[in-house]
Amino acid sequence: MIEVQNISKTYVNGDITFEALRGVTFTIEDGEFVAIMGPSGSGKSTLMHILGALDSPSNGTYLLNGKDISFMTEDELADIRREKIGFVFQAFNLLPRTTVLRNVMLPLVYDGVPHETREKRAKKALKDAGMDETHFNHKSNQLSGGQIQRVAIARALVNDPTIILADEPTGNLDSKTGDIVLGTFQKLNEDFGRTIILITHEHDVAEHAERIIHIKDGMILSDSKAHARRKIKR
Amino acid sequence: MNLIDILEETYSALSANKVRTGLTMLGIVIGISSVIAMISIGQGAKMSIQSSIESLGSNLLTIMPGIVQPGRGIVSAGRGSAQTLKNEDVSIVKNIDGVAAVSAELSRRFQVTASTGNNTNTTVNGVTPDFITVRNISMSNGSFFSDVDNRGYSRHAILGATVATDLFGEEDPIGKNIRIGGANFMVTGVFLKKGGMGFSGPDDMVTVTLPTMQKILTSSDYVSTILVSVADKNQMSDIKNLITDELTVSHRVSEPDFSIISQEDILGTLSTVVNTFTMFLASIAGISLLVGGIGIMNMMLTTVTERTREIGLRKAIGAKRRDISLQFLAEAVVITFVGGAIGIALGWLIAYLVTLTGLVQTSVTLWSVLLAFGVAAFIGIVFGYYPAKSAAALNPIEALRYE
Repeated sequence: MIEVQNISKTYVNGDITFEALRGVTFTIEDGEFVAIMGPSGSGKSTLMHILGALDSPSNGTYLLNGKDISFMTEDELADIRREKIGFVFQAFNLLPRTTVLRNVMLPLVYDGVPHETREKRAKKALKDAGMDETHFNHKSNQLSGGQIQRVAIARALVNDPTIILADEPTGNLDSKTGDIVLGTFQKLNEDFGRTIILITHEHDVAEHAERIIHIKDGMILSDSKAHARRKIKR
Repeated sequence: MNLIDILEETYSALSANKVRTGLTMLGIVIGISSVIAMISIGQGAKMSIQSSIESLGSNLLTIMPGIVQPGRGIVSAGRGSAQTLKNEDVSIVKNIDGVAAVSAELSRRFQVTASTGNNTNTTVNGVTPDFITVRNISMSNGSFFSDVDNRGYSRHAILGATVATDLFGEEDPIGKNIRIGGANFMVTGVFLKKGGMGFSGPDDMVTVTLPTMQKILTSSDYVSTILVSVADKNQMSDIKNLITDELTVSHRVSEPDFSIISQEDILGTLSTVVNTFTMFLASIAGISLLVGGIGIMNMMLTTVTERTREIGLRKAIGAKRRDISLQFLAEAVVITFVGGAIGIALGWLIAYLVTLTGLVQTSVTLWSVLLAFGVAAFIGIVFGYYPAKSAAALNPIEALRYE
């Protein structure tokens, strides 16, 4: 469960201060599928970085599973990211020249999981993310965009995280493969009860979530159920 | 992240750009191999000097007239000019406990003419009976002086191998006559060729008995060298002090008017020279090793920049700073280790080839290999540390955005 209380973030660059977030409060329960939506410069990226334990807020508290992680050191945050958070990026960020399986196993390497268990868990995550077993030993640069993003989703899943954070996951994909990726998220949410936070600037994409938090100028504009929820047919 | 994981990551990173890895490694290979080769040449030179000095007789003390000035070396001393060593001194030294044998010598250069008409300018050495024992020389032909020779002023001479060839060529010199400074001598033997060092080498020498040398050839009563063979090698310095005391007393002087040099002293002086020379060569080679290390740092910094996004991703999925810095440090260390291993093999090969040319006998010692490997590891860590640290210090958010 995520509890964000009155979080703000201020960047200071010389004489110029920039308030990226000005007091944001919300709660996300386990098993929710939430979209955080807003135009560029709205503060959604800053919010994602804080939710993903990549950055700390200037003020306010962030409780992840009841634990305050607002003011942790860099290495403590790395532990949180490794154990509790799975990232899916717009730019995929798979390691080039490396097999699908090794890419997915990478978080387990840093977690000190033994070799035998790694492969088993990576294969399960890949199947959950809808990847075909024939691709497991392909190099990541031999895959299509949709496949690459599903490998990235599998990598986010493999550590059994509390939340999956997807930052514009369809931004580099055409609408058809984008739908496949969004369908994958819906499946993970419905079938496996995964908590998913989708960050996007597109309303169409946000409509795939159950709940939409609309953010603008560093503040929450609206927080409501998706009005016309889109379901990807399986 | 365990060792196997780190090595797997390192392997895949280094093999991703084989040419760059290879060229960077080449810098270390050249550095290490030249250090190994240079040290092996220096070591080899030192060992060949040692063995030729030891072949002259290992537990020898050399007493020479006059004082050897420190720093002026042993060669320029007043040998021949000072006349402070007398025949009595020989018996004094002989009576000291622990002295196994004493050989007194008086040498001077003469023009020597053979009955064949050949002549040569060489050292004529008047010696006592212990000469061949102390000098560790054997006969190749004929026999050494008999007791009769030693008692009287015999006109018998023994030739060094070089002199024998100079004077008589392929002929057998035994029984032939030679003229030394106007006096006739008969050759009764030839020494076995000893080779080795140029100075005081017995190959280029004509040997007569000491009484003959003193009375007939030089009309003098002094000796130019007393060689003392010490029974126990560990007692060298004790015996040296004893001789110094006794001779100082018998000469009735307050300061010794003679010098005693042990083989160790000569060895020590020469070893110092060779060591300095070796260090000089090795430090030039060391500079190339340093340049190789800078090459590694350069490559690692480029790699860190190129892989900024990858570092960002690794951090995002939970890699700690330590994981990142270990990974990059491992790359630098692996390059130097592999390069170091190849360099040691190559240096060994170079040393072997140098030996084959016959110029210098080389010797690759364990410590030079360990030194080279230690230096390689040190360079890997030192020059890999900064790039690894800067990789670990990257901010994950900025690293992920890096284009």
